[in-house]
Amino acid sequence: MTAAWKLTGQVKRMQSSRSAKLFYMLPYVLWILLFVALPIVLIAYYSFFDIHGNLSLVNYRDFFTSVYLKMTLSSFWYAFLITLFSLIIAYPTAYLLTRAKHKQLWLLLIIAPSWVNLLLKAYAFIGIFGQYGAANSFLETIGIGTQQILFTDFSFIFVSVYIFIPFMILPIFNALDELSPSLLEASHDLGANKWTTFRRVIFPLTLDGVRSGCQVVFIPALSLFMLTRLIAGNRVITLGTAIEEHFLVTQDWGMGSTIAVFLILIMFLFMYLTGSRNRKRGV
Amino acid sequence: MRTKLTPWNRVFLFLIFFVLYAPILYLVFYSFNSGGTMYHFKSFTLEWYKELFQDTRLLIIVLNTLLVALLSALLATMLGVLGAIAIHNVRKRAQSTLLGFNNVLIVSPDVIIGASFLILFTMVGLKLGFYSVLLSHIAFSIPIVVLMVLPKLGEMSPTLIDAARDLGASQWDVLSKVILPFIAPGIYAGFFMALTYSLDDFAVTFFVTGNGFSTLSVEIYSMARQGVSLTINALSAVLFLVTMIVVAGYYFIAGRPKARAGVLKK
Repeated sequence: MTAAWKLTGQVKRMQSSRSAKLFYMLPYVLWILLFVALPIVLIAYYSFFDIHGNLSLVNYRDFFTSVYLKMTLSSFWYAFLITLFSLIIAYPTAYLLTRAKHKQLWLLLIIAPSWVNLLLKAYAFIGIFGQYGAANSFLETIGIGTQQILFTDFSFIFVSVYIFIPFMILPIFNALDELSPSLLEASHDLGANKWTTFRRVIFPLTLDGVRSGCQVVFIPALSLFMLTRLIAGNRVITLGTAIEEHFLVTQDWGMGSTIAVFLILIMFLFMYLTGSRNRKRGV
Repeated sequence: MRTKLTPWNRVFLFLIFFVLYAPILYLVFYSFNSGGTMYHFKSFTLEWYKELFQDTRLLIIVLNTLLVALLSALLATMLGVLGAIAIHNVRKRAQSTLLGFNNVLIVSPDVIIGASFLILFTMVGLKLGFYSVLLSHIAFSIPIVVLMVLPKLGEMSPTLIDAARDLGASQWDVLSKVILPFIAPGIYAGFFMALTYSLDDFAVTFFVTGNGFSTLSVEIYSMARQGVSLTINALSAVLFLVTMIVVAGYYFIAGRPKARAGVLKK
């Protein structure tokens, strides 16, 4: 009797836990289908239509012409430069921050500007880099004279680096912060000088932070489109700018989708390349 | 071993901080310029602030932005918590598949999300405007909530739920009296992240907002494309102040984890 009672209790419990699992799973899976899977399928689907709505491969043929390949290459080049400069500035900053007193507060202060709306920061640089802005009056004072700064490659890269730096600092800071000081002591005791310690101990151990930093900078840098318009004055065309142009200006959704398909492929490739060693270590 | 910062280190850090904050302070400084430009400070005025607070169109956009942010963060948090529990419940293999899908929207560039959502809404026949923006914001905020909540679920001992069940708690009781209180810090963090994602977003909104509806980012973009207007400066000063207050508040709360745990125990 008691056994049977226990059994029905268990069955009931399993049934109710199954319905509970469904209750948790259903909305989430719906979200995945509707807003993750379907949009990607739609992008792929649209890439096979030309501007008149006919099924064709013309977009792919166009993509492999010199115009689009050049654009892709230059977009890569800018993204690479932006990532590189961000890293060069962010690493020492993160390193020094981990050694500062009240480091969490300082970190928060570094991150805080990233909460100020992106558009406002871009707008600020329109003023600073303008013909009569602060940058030019500084150049005037030190005797170089007024230069065209806005709408150049320099301003584009500078502002992009400015915007991405907090995102690069954060993962590197976390990696450095987890580093055990005893490792540094050991390295020091074994006779390594500062540079060797950095090269052989600190940097390899914080490579994961560097990788995730590069991930969060490189892919967005490929797809910037607001800065290219406001700061680079349409001189720089990134993959993102091209997609935006095709979707919202020329209304050629097919070509826009084709570029998007390649951007997605590049993204997965980049994630795979920067993440692969990570996985190996896990094994 | 932890060596003190040398003076040169300090100079370097100071320079970084200077560059990070200078543009924002530059905006704030010129918001008081009666000259109407972002160079040559003529004299002090509050004219632009007056103009800002009389601009009902802009104020409505601010309210819209806040409404979208709060609603989307709230709904994304609810869905994200359910999703995190769902992921937590399944086997390891299914977990990594679900997490893979979860992270797609986190690593996807905004342009892709915007463009694909634009196609989606157009196909479904949803009119672009408030609802398309709200739906997009909910959609791209869900994964970050999941990521914030999952570690907390991992910390929770499974015996806790078994104990509750053995003591006769219903599924609802288990959720509301055991799971949710335990993962509350993760939920708050997720909500906060969702809020900032929504407030910060420009690119996705730019794609899916129609003609009639606008958020602050999109509005600033179209204003900035027309050139310098010191009303934007005044607006940025106000926003900067609000941001700083939020940051200070966040530091005050998150900086004292012990106090927080005490509240939770009640």
